[in-house]
Amino acid sequence: MEFLQYLFSGITSGAIYAVIAVGFSMLYSATDLINFAHGEFVMLGALCLVTMKAIGMPLPIAFLNAVLIVGLIGLIFERLAIRPVKRPQPIVLVIITVGASIFFRGMAMILWGKDTYSVPPFSDHPPIIISGAALLPQSLWILFIVLAVVACLYLFYQKTLTGKAMQACAISKKAAWLMGIPAKWMVSLSFLLSAAMGAVAGVIIAPITMCSYDMGTMLGLKGFCAAMLGGLGSLWGALLGGFLLGILEAMGVGFFSSSIKDAIAFLLLLFILYVRPGGIIGAVQAKRF
Amino acid sequence: MSGLGGLSVRFRQSGFSVKIPSFLGPSLPYLLFAGAIALVGLWVENFYYLQVLTFIGINTLVALGLNMLMGYAGQISLGHAAFFGIGAYSTAILTVHYGFSPWIGLAGAISIAGLVALVVGLPTLKLSGYYLGMGTLGFGMIVHILFREWTSMTGGASGFVGIPPLSVGNYTFYSPTAYFSLVWGTVLIGVIICRRIIDSRIGRALRSVHDSEAAARAMGIDTHMLKLQVFVLSALFASVAGFLYAHFVTFISPGTFDFLTSVRMVTMVVIGGMASIWGALLGAALLTLLPDWLHTFSEFEMVVYGLILMVVMILLPQGLTRGILDLWEKSKGEDIDIKGESDGDSFR
Repeated sequence: MEFLQYLFSGITSGAIYAVIAVGFSMLYSATDLINFAHGEFVMLGALCLVTMKAIGMPLPIAFLNAVLIVGLIGLIFERLAIRPVKRPQPIVLVIITVGASIFFRGMAMILWGKDTYSVPPFSDHPPIIISGAALLPQSLWILFIVLAVVACLYLFYQKTLTGKAMQACAISKKAAWLMGIPAKWMVSLSFLLSAAMGAVAGVIIAPITMCSYDMGTMLGLKGFCAAMLGGLGSLWGALLGGFLLGILEAMGVGFFSSSIKDAIAFLLLLFILYVRPGGIIGAVQAKRF
Repeated sequence: MSGLGGLSVRFRQSGFSVKIPSFLGPSLPYLLFAGAIALVGLWVENFYYLQVLTFIGINTLVALGLNMLMGYAGQISLGHAAFFGIGAYSTAILTVHYGFSPWIGLAGAISIAGLVALVVGLPTLKLSGYYLGMGTLGFGMIVHILFREWTSMTGGASGFVGIPPLSVGNYTFYSPTAYFSLVWGTVLIGVIICRRIIDSRIGRALRSVHDSEAAARAMGIDTHMLKLQVFVLSALFASVAGFLYAHFVTFISPGTFDFLTSVRMVTMVVIGGMASIWGALLGAALLTLLPDWLHTFSEFEMVVYGLILMVVMILLPQGLTRGILDLWEKSKGEDIDIKGESDGDSFR
C-alpha cells in the first residue's frame, strides 16, 4: 500500500515538525519572539546525542544529557543575547536570532566538523509490516516520545503553579508581574523549555537522518511553518500543524515529485497566511487589517 | 499617479536655495556623490578593489529599495533575495536560452520582478508585523526552491553559467572600471529617485503609514495601494541589482538568493540606519566588506559573523549612521522631525 507507506513516513516527520513547532510556539506566546535560531537547537540536540553516544553513554542518559545541555544553551542565549536588548523591536530580534543561528552553526562546524554522523535506531526490532507498508520501530519511538513530551508539557501548563505562572505571563507580562510572578524568570524558563523541545526533536530525528552542522536551518523553518499553520502560540495548533505538514509533505513527495518537498511547507505557510492568518486553531488574534 | 504631481511641485520649490547657485542647491549632494564615484573610478586600478566596490554598488541598490519599504513605509520583507534572484535569472534565461540582447534581459527582469511583486504583494501586504515577515519569508523560500529545482531553465543547484557581459553598440563593459561606473551610475540614479520620492507627497504619505497606518487611512491615504507601490518599487530596485549582478559575475547559483541573503539585505538597511539613504549605502558597504575581513578568522568566520550581527544589534539597534546623520541633517535644517523619532514603533 503506497498510501499507507506515505502516511507512516508523513506521521514520522510530522511528529518531529510538531515538536519543533511546539518549541517555537511556546516561546512566541511567552515572549512575542520568533526565534530563528530554534532550528540550531535541533541540530545541537542531534549532535550532542552523537557525542554522548560516542563516549559510551547508554541511550536514555545520553538523551537526557543532550536535552539538558541544549536547554542550558537556550538559557544562556536568552541571558546574553535577548535580555540586553533595550527596545525589542521585531526587526532587531529577527537579526539577532539569525545572527545567533549563524553563530551556533559556526560553533557546531568547529566542534563537529563538516562531517555527517549517524546514530543507530533506539531499538533494533524489525520493521512492522501493516498491509504491505513497513513501519519502522524508530517511527513508533518518535511518535511515542513526541506524544509523551507534549502530554507532559500540557500537564505542566495546566497542573503546576509554575506552568500557570508561565501562562499568565504569556497573557500579560505586566499583570503577571503585579501578581508577584517573577516574569523575567518565566521568560528564561520558556527559553530553556523551548530549546529543550528543539533538542528533543534533534535527538529523535538523529537515527533517521544524517546529522551535520547545517541540518537545523531547514528543520527550524519547517517547524515554524507548522506552528503558523496550526496557529502561532497554541500548543494543540502546533501539534496539529506539525502532523498536517508532515503528512501533506509525504503525500506531495509520494504522488508528485520529490523536488517540491521543501516548497510544500512554504506554500502551506502562504496559503494559511492569506486565508486564515491566525492559523487553523487560531489562538492568536490575526494581525490583519 | 499622485506622486508625479508631488514631484514636480517639489522640483519647483527646490529652486529657491539661499547660498549656493539655485540650479546647484538641491543637487549638491548628488554632484559630490557623482564626483566621488568618478574619483574612485579613475584612481582605483586594483582589479580586486574595483570588484569589491562594484559588489558594494549592487548591494547598495538593493538596500536603497528595501530602505524605502522598511525605513519609510515601515513594512518588513524577509524575502527580497527572491527579487534579486528573479532579476538575475530572468536576464540569464532570456540572454542564454533565448539569445536576446542583455537590454531585453533588463526589460524582462524588471517586468517579471514587478509583476511578481504585484501579485505577491497584493495579498501579503495585508499582513503586518511578524506575519508579514513570515509571508515574505515563505515567498522567498519558494522562489529559492524554484531556482534550485527548475533545472531545465535555471541549471538547478549547480548554477547557471555563461551569462554574456553587457554591451552598448560595439562597446562591451569588460573592464572593471567600466562596470564599476555602470553600477555606480545606476546607484546614483537610484539615490535620486529615492530622494525625489521621499520628498514628494508620496514620501510624506509613506512616513505617515510608518508612524500609524490607522491615522494615515483617516487622512485619506490609500495605505494598501501605497504599500503595494513601494513594495513593487523595492522589488524593481532589487531586480535591477540582480540584473547587474548576473552580467557582472556571469555565473549565478541558487545559493546566492537564499534566506540568509534576504536577512543580509535587511541587516544592511538596519545596520546602516533605517530611513536614511546614505545609511543604506554604509550598511551595504559594511556588510559587503565584512565577509572579506572575516576571511582572516578562517574557520571561525561564521562564529565571528554571527557574533558581530548580534552585538551590533544589541548595542546599536538604531543602526550605525543614525546618530551621525541626525546631527548632519539637523545642521542642514532638513526634515529631521519626521524621521528622527519614528524608528521605535516600526513593525509592531
